[in-house]
Amino acid sequence: MMKLNLTKVVNGCRLGKIKNLGKTGDRTMDIPACLLYTKTGSAPHLTHQTLHTIHGVPAMAQLTLSSLAEHHEVLAEYKEGIGKFIGMPESLLYCSLHDPVSPCPAGYVTNKVLQKSTVIGVIEGGDVMEERLRSARETAKRPVGGFLLDGFQGNPATLETRLYLLSSVTAELPEDKPRLICGVSRPDEVLECIERGVDIFESFFPYQVTERGCALTFSFDYQPNPEETLLQQNGTQEEIKYVDQTKKIKTTSCNQEMTSFEINLKEKKYQEDFDPLVRGCSCYCCKNHTRAYIHHLLVTNELLAGVLLMMHNFEHYFGFFHSIREALKSDRLAQLKELICRQAS
Amino acid sequence: MAAAVNPTSLESAPRIMRLVAECSRSRARAGELRLPHGPVATPVFMPVGTQATMKGITAEQLDALGCRICLGNTYHLGLRPGPELIQKAHGLHGFMNWPHNLLTDSGGFQMVSLVSLSEVTEEGVRFRSPYDGDETLLSPEKSVEIQNALGSDIIMQLDDVVSSTVTGPRVEEAMYRSIRWLDRCIAAHQRPDKQNLFAIIQGGLDADLRATCLEEMTKRDVPGFAIGGLSGGESKGQFWRMVALSTSRLPKDKPRYLMGVGYATDLVVCVALGCDMFDCVFPTRTARFGSALVPTGNLQLKKKQYEKDFRPIDSNCTCPTCQKHSRAFLHALLHSDNTAALHHLTVHNIAYQLQLMSAVRASIVEKRFPDFVRDFMGTMYGDPTLCPTWATEALASVGITLR
Repeated sequence: MMKLNLTKVVNGCRLGKIKNLGKTGDRTMDIPACLLYTKTGSAPHLTHQTLHTIHGVPAMAQLTLSSLAEHHEVLAEYKEGIGKFIGMPESLLYCSLHDPVSPCPAGYVTNKVLQKSTVIGVIEGGDVMEERLRSARETAKRPVGGFLLDGFQGNPATLETRLYLLSSVTAELPEDKPRLICGVSRPDEVLECIERGVDIFESFFPYQVTERGCALTFSFDYQPNPEETLLQQNGTQEEIKYVDQTKKIKTTSCNQEMTSFEINLKEKKYQEDFDPLVRGCSCYCCKNHTRAYIHHLLVTNELLAGVLLMMHNFEHYFGFFHSIREALKSDRLAQLKELICRQAS
Repeated sequence: MAAAVNPTSLESAPRIMRLVAECSRSRARAGELRLPHGPVATPVFMPVGTQATMKGITAEQLDALGCRICLGNTYHLGLRPGPELIQKAHGLHGFMNWPHNLLTDSGGFQMVSLVSLSEVTEEGVRFRSPYDGDETLLSPEKSVEIQNALGSDIIMQLDDVVSSTVTGPRVEEAMYRSIRWLDRCIAAHQRPDKQNLFAIIQGGLDADLRATCLEEMTKRDVPGFAIGGLSGGESKGQFWRMVALSTSRLPKDKPRYLMGVGYATDLVVCVALGCDMFDCVFPTRTARFGSALVPTGNLQLKKKQYEKDFRPIDSNCTCPTCQKHSRAFLHALLHSDNTAALHHLTVHNIAYQLQLMSAVRASIVEKRFPDFVRDFMGTMYGDPTLCPTWATEALASVGITLR
């Protein structure tokens, strides 16, 4: 059975290592962590080749039962397991019932028993404190490997009102079992949840950013050198200025979902911008291509746009999670949080 | 009539092709192109990346498959993003970050494919843009100017292209105009040392017109020749005869580029007829419809019969898709909205084409090309007698029998 060893807890934020994972029980996973988001068993837009040029791919991938259920007969006949079938035989796998991007009403989650897998208990209860506590206490009594906090997803305003519920719920859960949350993936929300005892998140946010032709550009460099600070401040200020203007435009053209953590490569101003998406980013896209090229691919509706943006957005997002763990290790989470909040407006 | 190579006008023409081996029976040749962005082994299949991208696969993936030359399109790139921007990005190579060779078509084919949006005069082709209704005139000079800005290693003349199903005086008009446009392209070409301008033989399906075109164009000082105006709606019987006529009159020491050909059988037959270079959207386009190319034809992987087929697309294929994935998984992925499915097949289909050309070349070098052809046809059609008639005839015309 998998076990969570906590290294430290700072202001409710947990840093630790899950052990005894995988078929032979010798794999580990650091938390806080995110899962690799997949659709029908494959990272969106990415083949095995392109996925493996990304640095920091999480050890555990998320499969969604909703996309695989229709293939269950095939899998039964295959006999060699879903990991091998999808071409990820070495990956740790987490199977969620729902795809966080294709929403389903909360509360319609039932337990399913899977052989040889660890079962995660789901905490429900809507917005009612009493029900939440009951769900937490009862589920905690069961021999589950960890807990999934369901029903906290929605729009940003929804999460805010539910954060107090979250703290109360996690307080009822054993320390040595990981807590996952579904439907929460934005950088600012991730940090809010970590502060309230959540360990594992889904990585569908970078996918959504990709689908709207955008690239993640937010900084998670909470201790830059002075020169970089100056450069970044100039950069960030310029970006924020433009974002404010374009946000107004965006709402009228029904693209309200775009956040201030990203830039929209379809905008005309990127047509002749020969900089990489993010200066200093080590992803394949930033090392090989320019904003102008991505802009061209988007304008001409070329498939490569999705591929390159997904590679960048995943790498950027995984880098963010790495910085969370590093910040926790060196007691600098407050700085990281402040940096993220500054960019969240 | 014997090949008419005029020695005096061609002595100074750059020789970009080195012949490595020739089939002693057929007209097949193995060679090596020496191009500004590196050598290219021939016969070669060139995948088509119309708008500065190879349809969902990265430059790194394309390089890893062994591709050393691919296509871009002047008409499309001339409109979006435009030659000025590409020039600022250090040419098409810089813009798409492709380290190997590029060949750009002149925009001529769009005259046929976008015929309702175009009007041809002696001046050039006037296109109405489908995006904003703007009119652009693509003249020989303009086409070469754009291609000079793109910086591709091989550039094509602007030719007056008519569909191969057109008959009558328009075909003759287009043939003579193509010769005049070739001369205008040569005159307008600003970078002959860096970019190789190819002529395009026209003349439709008329042997006399084609012969005239061949005689005239081979007098011009160009590094290579393309055979154009075919691979449209014509019958295969007419098709191969025009290809054979063309290769019989083209100089041996310059590459022969057969435009728009990419079906496996066509490639093998046309190599036998003496062609060195090929391009076609077919393999990459068919991939995006879920069709995987194999030595026996193709697999329509979306079909139910592949649902529980746990074999790779081709057990002899060395591409990343076949190394990692089964037909069953690709079937499942194709029925989802994850575009990765298309990319897996694009990778495989390009690998298939390149591996085929590699195998063809090896057989020529090792002096067993006719046997290779027999094996290929046997695998593809089951029995040599089931090989399409046109292919049997074409091969017989150059001394290869299938029994």
